[in-house]
Amino acid sequence: MERFLRILGEWALSMLRKMGHIFLFLLNSIYFIFIPPFKFKVLLRQIRFFGNKSLVVILLTGAFAGMVLAIQLYYTLRKFGSDALLGPAIALTLIRELGPVLSALMVTGRAGSALTAEIGIMSITEQIDALTAMALNPIRYLIVPNIVAAMMVFPLLAAIFDLTGIYSGYIIAVNLLGMSEGTYFAQIETFVEMADIRQGFYKSLSFGVIVSWICCYKGYHTVYGAEGVSRSTTEAVVMSSVSILIWDYFLGSVFL
Amino acid sequence: MIEIIDLHKSFNGLNVLKGVNLTIANKELNAIIGKSGCGKSVLVKHIIGLIKPDKGKILIDGVDITAVSAEEVDKIREKLGVVFQGGALFDSMTVFGNVAFPLREKTKLGKKEIREKVLTALEDVGLGSAGKKYPAEVSGGMRKRVALARALITEPKIVLFDEPSTGLDPIILHAIHRLIIDTHKKYGFTGVVISHEIPEIFDIADRVAMMNDGVIVEAGTPEDIKNSANPYVRQFITGALEGPIESLA
Repeated sequence: MERFLRILGEWALSMLRKMGHIFLFLLNSIYFIFIPPFKFKVLLRQIRFFGNKSLVVILLTGAFAGMVLAIQLYYTLRKFGSDALLGPAIALTLIRELGPVLSALMVTGRAGSALTAEIGIMSITEQIDALTAMALNPIRYLIVPNIVAAMMVFPLLAAIFDLTGIYSGYIIAVNLLGMSEGTYFAQIETFVEMADIRQGFYKSLSFGVIVSWICCYKGYHTVYGAEGVSRSTTEAVVMSSVSILIWDYFLGSVFL
Repeated sequence: MIEIIDLHKSFNGLNVLKGVNLTIANKELNAIIGKSGCGKSVLVKHIIGLIKPDKGKILIDGVDITAVSAEEVDKIREKLGVVFQGGALFDSMTVFGNVAFPLREKTKLGKKEIREKVLTALEDVGLGSAGKKYPAEVSGGMRKRVALARALITEPKIVLFDEPSTGLDPIILHAIHRLIIDTHKKYGFTGVVISHEIPEIFDIADRVAMMNDGVIVEAGTPEDIKNSANPYVRQFITGALEGPIESLA
């Protein structure tokens, strides 16, 4: 029993230490967001890295998410005689929930994993040590631009995801399900409020921080060669994805 | 001058440095030799301030870098140039970009001046035409030379070479050693070369320190080390399997 308690205690302490380490990493990064010099060129490169390169996957998943929602929600709403509300149902689901969550998950898979691998390789090949040796703060140079870029890009990608989904839903609703064009958009205008858009915006903003923070942290602390990079990348994607869903629930319950 | 006083460091209960004492005089080229895993690279990382010791001091020009703030350590680092074991070149930048990087980040020099300085530095290491290549496109020896050019571009007072010739063929090895001697003469830096290239290292160093099992077991001129009766030194420089150093430890 004593042995069990000791192991449990050691595990709990180790977890607390790890969590403290992760949070200190974030606090340190946030501190350097406001301390000049600012790395604008690196920031622009990372905006391109997160945004431009994720655009195709966001358009594709947004389009199919909208089409699936149109079919599934039409089936459900028709049972209640409310199929005229298909437009707002799709729009609200996308804007409040699926847009921020799915786009964040997609960017995690595409850019987050690449980010962890890139920083991880920099770590194991002493490139991060080289920055430190040049008296350049690696947090300022490597981490801060990624966090700021993700905060800027995630809401934009979520907005693109939402719009693509709403339009693809419209195409299915009008061309396949026989809804009138006017009803679809008029009802969206009636039911979607600024608060819904704000909720989606805050969600995707916070997802941007979570994904960039976790992926940078995992990459920054990569050890043990290629296997270490592989492990860090997997852990970063899993941890980011789970954190997105947990945080989404938390935010959803606060906003509601 | 670099003074290392009673430096101790352990990782997960494993004592890597067990009281290193070493003094490196200004403008001298010092070699630290010793078998792989004896703590040489860990010692270099302490000098750069990448690792904090458990105990002991490192005085660089009289400032104890283990006891000052991060900002002050950065000021000391501005006096340092480091050639890392694998080069540590930035993959995303060209050879030119790598060498220009410290100037772009740490100085207010204009584009033209930076370009001139970088081209001169690349010429110095025999890579005048490789500027547009990426690190992945050049050989191991070329990467080490780029790293040397990058380390010297800010004309640092102290240059640390962490195994600059490991894994290179004998011709490239001699070329790198020749470059270290030439650049040392040209720039007059204090050099610390971590190496286990015996006997080549004796030709380039002003002084040699032998490290074993986390301590300096002997230090002196190359001649002193070559003629040393210390059994650790004798075994290491002759490469004998029998002796106080465990061959497969």
